[in-house]
Amino acid sequence: MTATTPLWEVFIRPRNGLAHKHVGSLHAADEVMALQAARDVYTRRGEGNSIWVVPSAAITASDPDQTAENFEPTADKIYRHPTFYEIPDEVGHM
Amino acid sequence: MYSQGLIGADNRTEETPEFLARFQKRIDAEEKIEPKDEMPEGYRRTLVRQIGQHAHSEIVGMLPEGNWITRAPSLRRKAALLAKVQDEGGHGLYLYSAAETLGVSREEMTEELLSGKAKYSSIFNYPTLSWADMGTIGWLVDGAAIMNQIPLCRCSFGPYARAMIRVCKEESFHQRQGYEIVMTLAQGTPEQKVMAQDSLNRWWWPSLMMFGPHDADSQHSDQSMAWKIKRFTNDELRQKFIDATVPQAEYLGLTIPDPDLTWNEEKGGYDHGPIDWDEFWRVVKGHGPMAKDRIKARKKAWDDGAWVREAALAHAEKRRARKIAAE
Amino acid sequence: MAVFDALLELADDHLILGHRLSEWCGHAPMLEEDLAMPNMGLDLIGTARTLYDHAGKLEGKGRSEDDLAYLRGEREYRNCLLVERPNEDFAHTMLRQFYFAAFMRPYWLAALNSTDEVVRGVAGKAEKEMAYHIRHAGEWVIRLGDGTEESAARIRDAVEALHIYVDELFDSSDAAQEAEAAGLLPVRADLRATWDRTVAEVFAEALLEQPTAAYAQRGGRQGIHNETLGHLLAEMQVVHRAHPGARW
Repeated sequence: MTATTPLWEVFIRPRNGLAHKHVGSLHAADEVMALQAARDVYTRRGEGNSIWVVPSAAITASDPDQTAENFEPTADKIYRHPTFYEIPDEVGHM
Repeated sequence: MYSQGLIGADNRTEETPEFLARFQKRIDAEEKIEPKDEMPEGYRRTLVRQIGQHAHSEIVGMLPEGNWITRAPSLRRKAALLAKVQDEGGHGLYLYSAAETLGVSREEMTEELLSGKAKYSSIFNYPTLSWADMGTIGWLVDGAAIMNQIPLCRCSFGPYARAMIRVCKEESFHQRQGYEIVMTLAQGTPEQKVMAQDSLNRWWWPSLMMFGPHDADSQHSDQSMAWKIKRFTNDELRQKFIDATVPQAEYLGLTIPDPDLTWNEEKGGYDHGPIDWDEFWRVVKGHGPMAKDRIKARKKAWDDGAWVREAALAHAEKRRARKIAAE
Repeated sequence: MAVFDALLELADDHLILGHRLSEWCGHAPMLEEDLAMPNMGLDLIGTARTLYDHAGKLEGKGRSEDDLAYLRGEREYRNCLLVERPNEDFAHTMLRQFYFAAFMRPYWLAALNSTDEVVRGVAGKAEKEMAYHIRHAGEWVIRLGDGTEESAARIRDAVEALHIYVDELFDSSDAAQEAEAAGLLPVRADLRATWDRTVAEVFAEALLEQPTAAYAQRGGRQGIHNETLGHLLAEMQVVHRAHPGARW
């Protein structure tokens, strides 16, 4: 019986000032090995200067079946966007 | 490195026509499908099979080139080849991860590979017999793979497409390093030239076979095209590859080992001689010259490594227990 | 020429160990290590190349990095015995890496003050690489030592097998002593305390004991190797030597 080595999600910050971005996943027995593996697998070409690893099992994701109720109600709230408001050109950029 | 036309996928699916139509509408609108989205069972199965085969191909593909890392004839070549074979391991890793989003574990996929149940690209069942093969594999095999893989960056399944974007980005050096090796040999000593030509002779036809059977004989192409897992047919990609490669061989002064190869003005591409499909199917079915050795090598790595993986897990368990005890 | 010889010793250490690591490629216990080991191997081969190139230039006879790597036999290779030891299993490989990196990290840190600009350049790059090798290999030594019964037995075997090659790391050949006296390379013997500390820290966590060697094996710096190196070189050099003068 093969025991399964846990799956981790890897996030890399390309450079200071940017957010960490999901780049992929890997397997590792613990968090130290996961970080090292992330370094060896996902930063071989200078992809970043900071790594996060998160156990895949720790991620709580929204349910695709609830996509409509979650995200569609915002579509008609156009007053949240600047283009909803009319400002005369003479006023200049605002 | 590399993906081959999918072999033996089962596209059957049992959803209602309404469900399938709704799904197809998303595909037609170029929407990406993400792992937790609803999808036809056949779509999921096809992807698991195709991504798995692709991942296995990368992993098995480390072996024929790995065979020459320790013999690379210059330090510059040694470093480049080691980095390339390492990349292939990385590509296998990205692809296994993409398949895992569909609920199949890397361990399960590995066991399928080692038991002979899962297929991988037939090209890796040929032996690497000279240093020139490192050049030819990069030039032809990676070249063929790139033809296959670039369209996969637009595959309808999000995780596969994302993995392929990363793969294609990294792979851009592979074909160039291969061509540079062949070029150096072709411009080298008479023995080196012979080595280069011999290598081209051996790898040309297997490279053409990498694109899979002719469209007329490819059972699963239509459904995969409709689902946008696949974007071009096997023959279209093969034609593109030949048209790109022939002038590259001419530049090197090497001869493509196909007496029937002729330029067809009308179609604006080359016509080629018949492909030996008996050989193709024989190799796909596991009777390639190196097939047994490849699986044996992978099995040995997996079995010999079991105690390491177990140790890592056992240690992780102890760390967890200690952490809890300390709290 | 002392400086040339001393640089060659250093370069040979890196090339041979890098070559050993490259033998794993495609055969590692897990895919993640199939990426990690080549990373370490590439670091080492990269350092070897710079050192060969520099040594060749200092020698002034027009020998290139490849001439030095591919056209010398066992008796001319000057690597220490530790780095040529066969991979055996993952435990041996990680311990060998850990021992070597635990030595090279303080070595390169000290070499940041070298009188030679190229050596300083190599040191600046390599001390970081070695810091990572210590971490990567060290974490594995800990996991194997404090993992399962089998892994603990295997890493203990590796300690037993490799510790007799440790002392040679701290020896300086006549050539090295000259280079050290000139301020070109760090004094090897000075690094012992740091090495001991690094190893002791990891061994404590790995539940491993550092044995005292009854006798230390030496000879690499005089070209007196184990039999295994000849096979490594035969394999490494076969293509290059079969085509004298060819370009690759």
